[in-house]
Amino acid sequence: MATASVADVSPAAHHYTSTGLDNKKIAVWAFIGSECLFFMSLISTYLIYKGRSLVGPYPHEVYTDASGKVWKEILNIPVTSASTFVLLMSSLFMVLAHSAVSRGDRKYSKIWLAATALLGSVFLGFQAYEFTSFVHEGLTLKTNLFGSSFFTLTGFHGAHVTAGVIWLVTLLFIDIKRGLGPRDAVNVDICALYWHFVDVVWIAIFTLIYLIK
Amino acid sequence: MAADHVHTDEHDGPQYDAQGDAHAHEHHHPDWKTYKWVALILLVITVVEVWVYYTPFKESRLFVPALLIMSAAKFVIVVMFYMHLKYDAKLFRALFTGPLLIAVTSVIALLFLFGHLAIRV
Repeated sequence: MATASVADVSPAAHHYTSTGLDNKKIAVWAFIGSECLFFMSLISTYLIYKGRSLVGPYPHEVYTDASGKVWKEILNIPVTSASTFVLLMSSLFMVLAHSAVSRGDRKYSKIWLAATALLGSVFLGFQAYEFTSFVHEGLTLKTNLFGSSFFTLTGFHGAHVTAGVIWLVTLLFIDIKRGLGPRDAVNVDICALYWHFVDVVWIAIFTLIYLIK
Repeated sequence: MAADHVHTDEHDGPQYDAQGDAHAHEHHHPDWKTYKWVALILLVITVVEVWVYYTPFKESRLFVPALLIMSAAKFVIVVMFYMHLKYDAKLFRALFTGPLLIAVTSVIALLFLFGHLAIRV
């Protein structure tokens, strides 16, 4: 009995530190803390350069250039609102996936992991659409300060979402291949923490960049 | 016996069931109902945010503070409930809120130095 207990808590399954906490969770929280600083630097760059572009297109203002061409405000709030809704729902599906893995429900763990990855991909689709339409409307990375800071900020966020989708698909693949159970809950939990962090960053971006003039 | 192989902590240490399985930090996590309500609240706040954008309230001086409060509320709700920071170890809270406070303070300081909040003489 004692031997079985020792095997159950082998270091391979859980890596506890002297704090009694799992080292992977400590690492991911430290990483998320550093990511806060990273995204805040990009957000502050955007806010400092806001309204200082010498040429259009501008995010919220209608603009007439030297040739008399009228440019409408470039940010598409309805599309971004839809993508925000998609990312919020993906966070709900992520907690449900984690819950399913924790209780060993293999059917629903697959469903919710797949749904989260799918919504993450839909969000990336919205972003690809938005970036493409901006380029067609004449806004690129080097058009003006708005374009540079906007594409850098949202591009890095999109890269993080892409990494999250790859992580989710990997977990789904493992779930299909050998099944994820309660012992894998920590691994799903750290993926969930990363995914929710990507969501909260978008909550800040949506308000600061899209809604506030 | 199993406990000999795992570090324990007075408040946050791993717990073991009859089979000796470690359930480190299996604090009370929200159930499906809580997650559902959290999702609904997040959805309602987002709808209100977008709705006020299309109303005359957009021109009000309270528009920006209102949006910032709603955004902060969403941020806190996701972190507390979906990221389980409300139920998790204090060390995780410190690892997250420490850098977050530094980051927010830096943004405000930079806006006062170079941004729209700068006082130019």
